[in-house]
Amino acid sequence: MTNSHPTRRHLLTVAGAAVVTGASGLLVPARAQAVAPTPTMRGGANNYRPGAPIVDRIGGGGFWMTGTVRRAGDGAPLAERRIQIWAHTTEGHERDAHSHGATLTDANGAFRLEMPQIVPAFGQPHGHLAYDDDAEFQTVFLRPIMPSASDTSLNVDFVLQPV
Amino acid sequence: MPVIAPKRLQRVLILAVALGAICIAVVAAANSPLLAWRDPVYIGAGFAGIIALALLLIQPLLAGGWLPAMQARRGRQVHKWVGVTLLLAVVLHVAGLWITSPPDVVDALLFVSPTPFSVWGVIAMWAVFASACLAIFRRRLRFRTWRLAHTTLAAVIVIGSCVHALRIEGTMETVSKVLLCVLVLGATFAVIADLRGWFAKSAVRSTPH
Repeated sequence: MTNSHPTRRHLLTVAGAAVVTGASGLLVPARAQAVAPTPTMRGGANNYRPGAPIVDRIGGGGFWMTGTVRRAGDGAPLAERRIQIWAHTTEGHERDAHSHGATLTDANGAFRLEMPQIVPAFGQPHGHLAYDDDAEFQTVFLRPIMPSASDTSLNVDFVLQPV
Repeated sequence: MPVIAPKRLQRVLILAVALGAICIAVVAAANSPLLAWRDPVYIGAGFAGIIALALLLIQPLLAGGWLPAMQARRGRQVHKWVGVTLLLAVVLHVAGLWITSPPDVVDALLFVSPTPFSVWGVIAMWAVFASACLAIFRRRLRFRTWRLAHTTLAAVIVIGSCVHALRIEGTMETVSKVLLCVLVLGATFAVIADLRGWFAKSAVRSTPH
């Protein structure tokens, strides 16, 4: 029983220190500074169609939408997360069902989906991406703009905020 | 006679430059590769916008009596009907875009659009509507009030529309678009400056009353 004394004291000390540090707000900023969550963009959800099917490729392809999905705070890659993608392309308007598709992230949290070439619509060459899968992380809608309309790929990184 | 001749020639030249700039801009847009990937409603909406911008070049020239055979009363009469056409073009522009992508147009109208140019277009649209309302009640207004309000709205419409058009990456070809916008802005403010003298004269004339 004498052995358990230092252990309990140690435990109380560490726990007490953690509570004080946490309450003083020293722990939280350190985590937030590491990897901040990606905020939803204005207009990101425009022409969104819930439940776009997981596809090998949207239409005839020729353009690559790539990116990563990570967890806010520690930045851990998130595997098997579904990302939905749609855009105005050479094969259809944003509202068309065949302009929509989804893909899953791999073990490294990376995703990569081939789709038709994105062309400027509503004044800007842009794509739409959504994460809206489960209750574990908050929904995020993105509307990234291509640096140039002639680009044949676009990289988009998600950092998801646990609910 | 020698005094009238250059003036008439100037007016013909102004008309030629204006129509030339409009034709080049419209033809260049009609050859845009983007048209291949748009349905007819979206294409129509885009061209309604281009036509509206083109009419903004004709409007000040009519108001100032700067076009051949369009001086004074006749110029103002045509100015009124071009104004009605402009209103229709703006309505068709917004309606066509609404059919193409309703959420994008709702965002623009509510001033929450992610695109930086839409706010300018929406402001110009409201100024066109306000201008039309003002024209309906023109006879109930004091002449000087009407002129000041209409000129102010015209300036808002022209600046808003040009910034709107210039910031869009769309079917309009860049050089012809910049040229058209420069002419629209130039014509508008040159005519406003030209009519200012007339403003002053009418103010002096109205003081004895």
